[in-house]
Amino acid sequence: MSTHAANTAHDAHAHTHTVKRYRGLMDWLTTVDHKKIGILYLIAGFFFFLVGGAEAIMIRIQLLKPMNDFVAADTFNELLTMHGTTMIFLAAMPMLFALMNAVVPLQLGARDVAFPFLNSLGFWTFFAGGILLNLGWFDASAPDAGWTAYAPLSGPTFNGSRAMDYYVIGLQIAGIGTLLGGINFMATIINMRAPGMSFMRMPMFTWAIFITSVLIVFAFPVLTVGLVALMFDRLFGANFFESGTGGNEVLWEHIFWIFGHPEVYILILPAFGVISEVVSTFSRKRLFGYSSMVFALVLIAFLGFMVWAHHMFATGLGPVANALFSIGTMLIAVPTGVKIFNWLFTLWGGSIRYTTAMLFAVGFIPTFVMGGVTGVMLASAPADYQYHDSYFVVAHFHYVIVGGLILGIFAGLHYWWPKMFGRHLNEGLGKLTFWTFFIGFHLTFFVQHFLGLLGMPRRVWTYLPNQGLDNMNLISSIGAFLMGIGTIVFVTNVIITWLKPRNAEADAWEDGRSLEWTIPSPPPEYNFKQTPLVRGADAWWKEKMDGKTEMTPAEPVGPIHMPSPSILPLIMSIGLFIAGFGFMYDNLLATIGGLAVTFACMFLRSVFDDHGFHIDPEHEEVHA
Amino acid sequence: MNLKYVMKRILPLLTGLALLLSGCGRADLSALNPQGPVAQKQYDLIKLSISIMTLVVVVVFAILIYVLIKYRRRKGDKSIPKQVEGNHTLEIIWTVIPLVLLLILGVPTIQTVFGLAKDYSHDKNAVHVKVTSHLYWWEFEYTDYGVTTAQELVVPTNKKISFDLVSADVKHSFWIPSIGGKMDTNPGLTNRMYLEFPKEGIYRGKCAELCGPSHSLMDFKAKSVSPESFDRWIAAMKAPAQVAADAHIQETFRAKCLTCHAVGDQGAHAAPNLTGVGGRETFGGILYNDSDPNNREQVTVDNLKTWITDPQKVKPGNTMPSAKDNQLTPEEIDGIAKYLAGYKLNY
Amino acid sequence: MSAHQHAEGHLPHEPEKATLEGRNKILGFWIFLGAETVLFGTLFSAFIALRHQVLDGPHPSHLFELPMIFAATMILLTSSLMSVFAVQAMHNNKVKAMIGWLLVTILLGLAFLGLEITEFNTYVSEGHNMKTSAFSSSFYTLVGFHGAHVAFGVLWIGLLITQIFKKGLTVVTAPKIYLSAIYWHFIDVVWVFIFTVVYLMGKVG
Repeated sequence: MSTHAANTAHDAHAHTHTVKRYRGLMDWLTTVDHKKIGILYLIAGFFFFLVGGAEAIMIRIQLLKPMNDFVAADTFNELLTMHGTTMIFLAAMPMLFALMNAVVPLQLGARDVAFPFLNSLGFWTFFAGGILLNLGWFDASAPDAGWTAYAPLSGPTFNGSRAMDYYVIGLQIAGIGTLLGGINFMATIINMRAPGMSFMRMPMFTWAIFITSVLIVFAFPVLTVGLVALMFDRLFGANFFESGTGGNEVLWEHIFWIFGHPEVYILILPAFGVISEVVSTFSRKRLFGYSSMVFALVLIAFLGFMVWAHHMFATGLGPVANALFSIGTMLIAVPTGVKIFNWLFTLWGGSIRYTTAMLFAVGFIPTFVMGGVTGVMLASAPADYQYHDSYFVVAHFHYVIVGGLILGIFAGLHYWWPKMFGRHLNEGLGKLTFWTFFIGFHLTFFVQHFLGLLGMPRRVWTYLPNQGLDNMNLISSIGAFLMGIGTIVFVTNVIITWLKPRNAEADAWEDGRSLEWTIPSPPPEYNFKQTPLVRGADAWWKEKMDGKTEMTPAEPVGPIHMPSPSILPLIMSIGLFIAGFGFMYDNLLATIGGLAVTFACMFLRSVFDDHGFHIDPEHEEVHA
Repeated sequence: MNLKYVMKRILPLLTGLALLLSGCGRADLSALNPQGPVAQKQYDLIKLSISIMTLVVVVVFAILIYVLIKYRRRKGDKSIPKQVEGNHTLEIIWTVIPLVLLLILGVPTIQTVFGLAKDYSHDKNAVHVKVTSHLYWWEFEYTDYGVTTAQELVVPTNKKISFDLVSADVKHSFWIPSIGGKMDTNPGLTNRMYLEFPKEGIYRGKCAELCGPSHSLMDFKAKSVSPESFDRWIAAMKAPAQVAADAHIQETFRAKCLTCHAVGDQGAHAAPNLTGVGGRETFGGILYNDSDPNNREQVTVDNLKTWITDPQKVKPGNTMPSAKDNQLTPEEIDGIAKYLAGYKLNY
Repeated sequence: MSAHQHAEGHLPHEPEKATLEGRNKILGFWIFLGAETVLFGTLFSAFIALRHQVLDGPHPSHLFELPMIFAATMILLTSSLMSVFAVQAMHNNKVKAMIGWLLVTILLGLAFLGLEITEFNTYVSEGHNMKTSAFSSSFYTLVGFHGAHVAFGVLWIGLLITQIFKKGLTVVTAPKIYLSAIYWHFIDVVWVFIFTVVYLMGKVG
């Protein structure tokens, strides 16, 4: 910051502006505080996690025995579509956004993200899109063409009802939110690092979020284009994917997976980050091979854009493409292996403390390895002709997404819960959550590898008896119920913890290494009273080892500028929500009205400058 | 707790191993019980990759279990472990070893990719079949012979069968697990693959791509017979249609069924060809006629009646009208079912 | 940083980069343009994949009238140049000149839009609409997306001009002007690709 700008800050301080500060519900609806937005993401994401989980349980009840008729065939397709879509876009990603909002600015030593207003807008658009997507349940049919929405099954000819409209429009609106989040966190990590926090001193979680954000920025627009094209096909009679009029359904597959494969890494890289933090903290050791970990992240992300066609080995792209994409995919195993071994050698020689967070982290490692090796198996195209679209694939991606990402999220939640809420989750219940969820998970999905190889295609509503599939399907369903119990235990834990007093220390686990553990739990609105000076990797650990009890400040105590809360993001999202319905029901008034609301908010935001307000941390007084 | 942890980690593996050893599934269905050279090559790759991956998993688990037990924190231990930055030698080792393992897997992968992509579409010794997938049935056209059948693919043993695969509506995927891996049928684009059936038998085929409510019920059969038998089958398919003995039934069948279906040289091609349908293993792909081997005739008739009476009940979303919509009396249903059940080909 | 009280004349040379907020905006906007590049890249890919599927509709070589497209291209390129002058004027703190250049920029933008609307109207009257073929769908989607970006740019820059009138050039308004100029160049670059890939390649066959 130039001295010039610093001076102007003080000038501004002298000015008076009326900034309304809200309490209660309005506070949450208008907040631009990344910590509160993180909590909103967590609540919304966990809500959708429960919805998607209920859908999963219904799927497993239907498949409990052969020729079951617990749900009808078309309902089953709605369940499997909504389960996948909800879990990926509305549960997993928001919970990751919850962690990154709650933690990344703190790890950077920043007072906020680069664009607090956009951060709030991102949350509300995601939420509006998620609600719209799920409203399909209350219409004639929820989306039913799979989360991959392959044309022409998802197109106007074979899907005449509005079912897939909810998908294309809901995901477009939610996608805006995700893209804004990606841009925001890229800019935040590049521009908002505390003095001394060089890139190679950043905690691994922040690194993972940085790379994830890059992936979001370059992958999500591809999905947007695909959804727009499918929407044009469905609503305006366009011919992108309609083979009868010159369209090409394979084009949809390419577009979807050029987005879809990086999406897989958008999901798993943050989990890698969480595991790196948790493993390092609870073995009281610095992360082994930090720079190779960073390099591996970058390499995985880069290769992640090059391998989309391995989802299409059976589409008929020809041997040259299949061979190239086989080899490309196998290569990803190398940087991933580097990460696994680095975690193992972080544990090696450490002093391992088995908290719930650590249990989830050490549960993650073998589970993810199993998901990873089946990934390499799938990379071999000729063998994939057998695995593809069978339950083997279902097993594989649940091993990486549930066994990887969800275990990672649980680890992160138990680890950062004291920082986010000022209270420790109950360790006993936490461990019960771990064991039920972990055992349930392996029961559910391990046998599914074999179901696939024995000839069970994926996305089947039911299966005939006497095909050797009955027992393993039963085991799988029992496992799913156990995972459900684990989730209920977690919810119980959250409620019980909620009733306890806030007593978490700043360095809640005592062995904290990064900057978030230097400030109170939960942190004040402005995070850092004084921006810290970072003197090395593991900034807080280094100070502790030097016998210090707090960070060296990089600035004197002074008034802190904060952005004003705003209701506009919520209203903009409502506008988009209305416009979405306008498109679906061909109602011009609603379309134009909804978009007008959104644009009017953009107009207001541009015309009226946000002057923000100042907080004096010494006196906790607020200067409007 | 650590011992418990270890046990819980190993248990699923043991379960899996037990399952693996207890059998590889039905010979007519399982990819782990290959019945033809294509599936065999794929199975060999599967075995190779599973072996390599098991090696990796064992190494990782061994190291993990060791460190989790050895380096657990004892009560009251306040010591600070040595902060190791990294180790270049180790890091090079765990970069190079995976590369070598991938090379071992990659070379046969590429060989098999190109091996399985061989094009027999112009090979005069091969049998050429055009597969067209419909919601929710399979059409097999023998382009060399001008013969079309449905739901039951009949092929000679020990010949290359060259498939042209295409879809008439949405995307499906053609999969006979014990004979060879799958290939998608795309609307508007023709894919090509070959399979071989060295042994006589009936194999189960599946649709592997989500295609609508009855995706899970879109089964078909692949029946491999001796070359002589195959020639007789082709001749029988080309012979004039057998008609129902009862003139009223024959007339009803012509008016109500042949508007979409075909038998022999009569009828239309919008729905499955019914020539010799009484000899098929299933109706609708999933109603098995051999469920009671001692009473096959009766089961066949009953299955046909079930199907004709209300096809939606058996296969939701298919386009065949129910007997009610088709204004068929119970006597007509019975007559048509008996006629079709008796419509068999000798080959 | 709220530094809105800056009077004209005390501004630093590059007022858009004077505050952390300004620098954040510029960085964020470049990232956004990265995403936009991917967006248009995908639209181009879809167009290239489908451009030969004209079915019964008119062939692009009959449809496109290059002289008019060329005129539109020149207008948009000139418009982009005008926004360069506007930013230069801003760096020299010549607010009136800046407003003048910005006005020329959006007038040219409007002219471009007028030509594009005329063009689309002609095509539709010749029986080439969204539903005609896969080619027509991908054509209207790609060119229409670009047109919508131009229209948004015109509205945005128009709004910024009124803000400059009201608030003057400050470290708050300067980044906005700068961003709108980058945006305008980006749209221009996309058009150059559209001109080449859609129109020139369409003419050739």
